[in-house]
Amino acid sequence: MSDIPKADELFKSIDYNPPATGWMDTPVDFSPGNWCYPAKPEKMEYMESKLPGLWGPAREWNPGEADWKLPSNWKEIVVNGFRERLKKFRTLQVFMDICVRCGACADKCHFFIGSGDPKNMPVLRAELMRSVYRGEFTVAGKILSKLTGSRVMEEDVLKEWFIYFYQCTQCRRCSLYCPYGIDTAEMTMMARELMHLVGLNTNWIMEPVSNCNITGNHLGIQPHAFKDIVDFMVDDIEEVTGKRVKAPLNEKGHEILFITPSGDVFADPGIYTFMGYLMLFDEIGLDYTMSTYASEGGNFGSFTNNETMKKLNAKMYAEAERLGCKWILGGECGHMWRVVHQYMDTMTGDTQWSGMTTPKSPITGTVFETSAATKMLHITEFTADLMKHNKLKLDPSRNDHLRVTFHDSCNPARGMGLLDEPRYVIKNVCNNFFEMPVGTTREQTFCCAGGSGLNTDEIMEIRLRGGLPRGNALRYVQEKHGVNTMACICAIDRATLIPLADYWAPGVTITGTHELVANALIMEGESERTMDLRQEPLPGFEDAEDDWTPPNMEDA
Amino acid sequence: MNALYSLLFVFLLVLIPLFGVDAAHMRTFFGVCIPTTAFIIFLLGFVYKVITWGRSAVPFRIPTTGGQFKSFDPVLFPQNKLDCPQTGAQTFFRMVLEVFAFRSLFRNTAVSLHEGKDHPVVAYKSSKWLWLFAITFHYSFFIVALRHLRLFLEPIPFFVNGLEFVDGILQIGAPVMYLADVGLVAGVLLLLGRRLINSRINYISYASDFFPLFLILAVALSGIYMRYYAKVDVIAIKELTMGLVTFHYVVPETITVSFFVHVFLVSTLMVYFPFSKLMHFPGVFLSPTRNLPNDTRAKHHVNPWNDPKIKAHAYADYEKQFGVPMAEVGLPLDNPENGKAPEEEA
Repeated sequence: MSDIPKADELFKSIDYNPPATGWMDTPVDFSPGNWCYPAKPEKMEYMESKLPGLWGPAREWNPGEADWKLPSNWKEIVVNGFRERLKKFRTLQVFMDICVRCGACADKCHFFIGSGDPKNMPVLRAELMRSVYRGEFTVAGKILSKLTGSRVMEEDVLKEWFIYFYQCTQCRRCSLYCPYGIDTAEMTMMARELMHLVGLNTNWIMEPVSNCNITGNHLGIQPHAFKDIVDFMVDDIEEVTGKRVKAPLNEKGHEILFITPSGDVFADPGIYTFMGYLMLFDEIGLDYTMSTYASEGGNFGSFTNNETMKKLNAKMYAEAERLGCKWILGGECGHMWRVVHQYMDTMTGDTQWSGMTTPKSPITGTVFETSAATKMLHITEFTADLMKHNKLKLDPSRNDHLRVTFHDSCNPARGMGLLDEPRYVIKNVCNNFFEMPVGTTREQTFCCAGGSGLNTDEIMEIRLRGGLPRGNALRYVQEKHGVNTMACICAIDRATLIPLADYWAPGVTITGTHELVANALIMEGESERTMDLRQEPLPGFEDAEDDWTPPNMEDA
Repeated sequence: MNALYSLLFVFLLVLIPLFGVDAAHMRTFFGVCIPTTAFIIFLLGFVYKVITWGRSAVPFRIPTTGGQFKSFDPVLFPQNKLDCPQTGAQTFFRMVLEVFAFRSLFRNTAVSLHEGKDHPVVAYKSSKWLWLFAITFHYSFFIVALRHLRLFLEPIPFFVNGLEFVDGILQIGAPVMYLADVGLVAGVLLLLGRRLINSRINYISYASDFFPLFLILAVALSGIYMRYYAKVDVIAIKELTMGLVTFHYVVPETITVSFFVHVFLVSTLMVYFPFSKLMHFPGVFLSPTRNLPNDTRAKHHVNPWNDPKIKAHAYADYEKQFGVPMAEVGLPLDNPENGKAPEEEA
């Protein structure tokens, strides 16, 4: 990260005036930092063995070099794949035809706001595909060529796709403002499917995909290691609360299967959110189990192609059946919920076993008809219902050292419409809650700039640029209200917002919503709490912990 | 450059009937053949395109949600019924507002960067100009088109007369000036100006973005010229237009060339329509992010090409691979055999 400019330098470098050359004549910058590393060949070979014909040739290649080692018939593959998808997706077909280039989407994209690169305007990002559509599939485009924005598929075009469709986080903010609802996320997904067909991919997507298939989670945590980590967290909970909570894994005969993104198992600050789930479930005596086999909610397949998305999603129902669970509770995760909400039942609903029922809270008796088809409930819906029925004893003052704002994660916000439940949960456990400025929250929320498989360090400058709108809104509430904590309901957020906040609003910590819940939760028979889940002293107990070093500082 | 090409092309289009009618005396050709053919091409092209769209599958329901979804508790978490519809009726109203009020465009904001006191500031403000230009243009065009029905229907329907009355209510000039005429010209000029002046919009504009604007402007101006300056013989024109719809073709001698220019430009527009971005008109109705309810978690929908052969990585294989370490940490196994370490080779 050493060569990344300082925040104010980066800000000054943003120029919204387009270059003098037309977009088709403006060359693409292939210098390192502008692209994600390609997948390791063994990851591609593995996926080719599981879903043949979708991945192109496994090989070592480098986007910075001229020869990308494409298959000799790459053009035929891409054009045929394009034609096939026009039939399979009305979205693609309609969105290719109806854009009027009014530009309403242009300054809605966080990558454009932070970079000024015109190809990051959603309209132009989509034109990268539309120009080929017109040139290859329409009569008018074939005759009139460049004048009407048409061109044929060439290697340079494909390379341009690689750069810019891996500079879209599929956050769908542009779609909200488009007069026709043109969804760039949908086009990014299609373009990525096509690129995968000829072996253009990134390791940060392919490795998680292959890991998810083998070990059940994207980090490749094997079952015994998964159990070890969970046991460590149970120990830590005991340290904080004096209570030893249950953390059932792979157990049959429970009512509920709980699935969360594996990012919550792996790293700060997700682990505290995970501890929050465990404490909550233990406190209410929930009859549930987790699974090491279905230990990933995040569906990295949705960043590759439909087939992989389906394959990875299918394990949720498969595991519910094997363990005999009646319904599934889902943790705080972004793209997992986009897939669960919009795709799951259509893709894999037929693999549900007959014992599944519409989610019903065993504590409050509330039946969640809104998830009658998928049988899958979002944890903030579940917890909000508990709070509404006063089933939890809470002490919000334990979070009094936190001044909290909430980051609407794009997928639950614009892909589901889940806006009020997490706020309700947070307000029940925190006394100091502040909204970021209007226009940057709820359905207009700004992306963390690391979604859809872009959460990788080699493109850090691009991510920080894309993080400008979110970071700036955060900085605003930091200054105005002294906000020091940003809560979210997405594991990718919990990973990517940290460098973003460090850069644009230093001093703000990132937390999951259920970490806040667990801090406030008064558990039956717990010992007096003097520290929060991060084992930092609670307000009023600062002195008692004077000689204690936080575990993550020991090596420093 | 793109704008200039488009402008030149529209000039060329004006010249064709000027010469064709005045010099070559092809009155029937320009009065009957061209508009009829254009209308047929318009109709067939339009239908063909919509059918093409209709034949593409809608495998997944991916409505854009612009507000709170329907929650388990409608009182605590009230649903935003228009922006996050859950039923057909709610979706219908969302579409009505989309089509008639350009609601998504109404939301438009503009971003700007500022140097704050000690750090940069990204600011957003509501930006309704595009909405205003677009709605002025579209409604004016719509009213003008409806008014033209008087030429194709006998008796003239009451709403056309009513529309004319309201449209001319200011009673400026003689013949009475229509507001929609002014709105149409103003709308086109504003949209054109935006494309020319705003560097970012100019950058994304092709000839195919300027051409329809210039063409519609030319249509409007030729119409205005006919009505206010050339004062064409409307009775004779109605004779011709009624002939077109009743297939009894007549081209009265009193019709002057300005009419043929107008008709030729309209014909060009009709032919151009189905093959261009102007198809956003039917397209807005078919946009899957807007015209579907957000009910995918509650109701089952079918993907016509869903592949049942795609299955999850089998748990049995997973247990085979990791059974031994799983057994070591006490994770339950379906098949205890998987937990036994393979015999060490002697």
